[in-house]
Amino acid sequence: MVEFALPKNSKITGGKTWPKPAGATELREFRVYRWNPDDGKTPSVDTYYVDTHDCGPMVLDGLIWIKNHIDPSLTFRRSCREGVCGSCAMNIDGQNTLACTRSMHDVKDGAVKINPLPHQPVVKDLVPDLTNFYAQYASVEPWLKTTSPTPQKEWRQSHEDREKLDGLYECILCACCSTSCPSYWWNSDRYLGPAALLQANRWVSDSRDEATGERLDNLEDPFRLYRCHTIMNCAKACPKGLNPAEAIAELKLKMVERQI
Amino acid sequence: MALSIVHRATGIALYAGTLLLVWWLVAAASGPAAYANVQAFTGSIIGRLIVFGYTWALMHHMLSGVRHFFWDLGYGFKANEREALTWGAAIGGIVLTVLIWIVAYAIGGGR
Repeated sequence: MVEFALPKNSKITGGKTWPKPAGATELREFRVYRWNPDDGKTPSVDTYYVDTHDCGPMVLDGLIWIKNHIDPSLTFRRSCREGVCGSCAMNIDGQNTLACTRSMHDVKDGAVKINPLPHQPVVKDLVPDLTNFYAQYASVEPWLKTTSPTPQKEWRQSHEDREKLDGLYECILCACCSTSCPSYWWNSDRYLGPAALLQANRWVSDSRDEATGERLDNLEDPFRLYRCHTIMNCAKACPKGLNPAEAIAELKLKMVERQI
Repeated sequence: MALSIVHRATGIALYAGTLLLVWWLVAAASGPAAYANVQAFTGSIIGRLIVFGYTWALMHHMLSGVRHFFWDLGYGFKANEREALTWGAAIGGIVLTVLIWIVAYAIGGGR
């Protein structure tokens, strides 16, 4: 259901300004969304000062520095720190991206403002609950489906057919695209969202897959696929430079082509 | 996203603008007195502003619709193409509107 205003318990109020680290010569201000499910308070935005001489250049380096030196209670997901795992997706300075690949020096002057991915339930601080997002990914059945007998060795694929998966297989499911999409904000209960649809197109485009018709049937629905209105936020947000909007357009074309 | 919102807003505005067009046609069909009423309204400053706004809504929505048509055919998805289509629709809508009004004034002399 469309929600234009935040629920009452989501209104951001106040926030703590943590003391500046002693002896630091160059500081960068970080304003970070905080919410703790256990203390019964509404969310707040805390202000931290990071010693940029003592920390790496990326926004994730700044967050880890804060956690190590100022406030160990700050909660966020991170793992690979090089843009392949998709764990540290968050909203940085108004844009969904990966904290590990966005340099804090590329964020325009002033504070680095960090919020969790938009319009998802928050577990704590910068950690969103992506249960629905993962369930939608599972619903496109992201594995090879075949009916012909399994070959002795591997399923063969020509170079040309393999190239059709370029721009699709690189998706790391960080959810930056889906959570930047207004259609997904309003209808995430029924619309699959750009990430799951890009994955759907990855399997529909796979020359080895033999369930193309079945996969397209599953998407033939006013909401699941057709809630995409080509708003293009997904293509702008993707930290891997992929184009979910284009993948969805290809799916829509394939829907029409199979009827001709 | 901004252009997507404007596309929808102009789409809604077209409903009101089209009602205006219907009013004009119905008045033209019902007689000189009714027609004069419409002409008096659309000729006033507020009336002209509304008709100017309707012209822009129509031109913008049309060009923005062409942009969506390209995308539906599977073209124009690269970042530079996307931006070109978007800015083209935004600027083209304003340019076409102004052109139409210049031509209208040149031919009609502001009657």
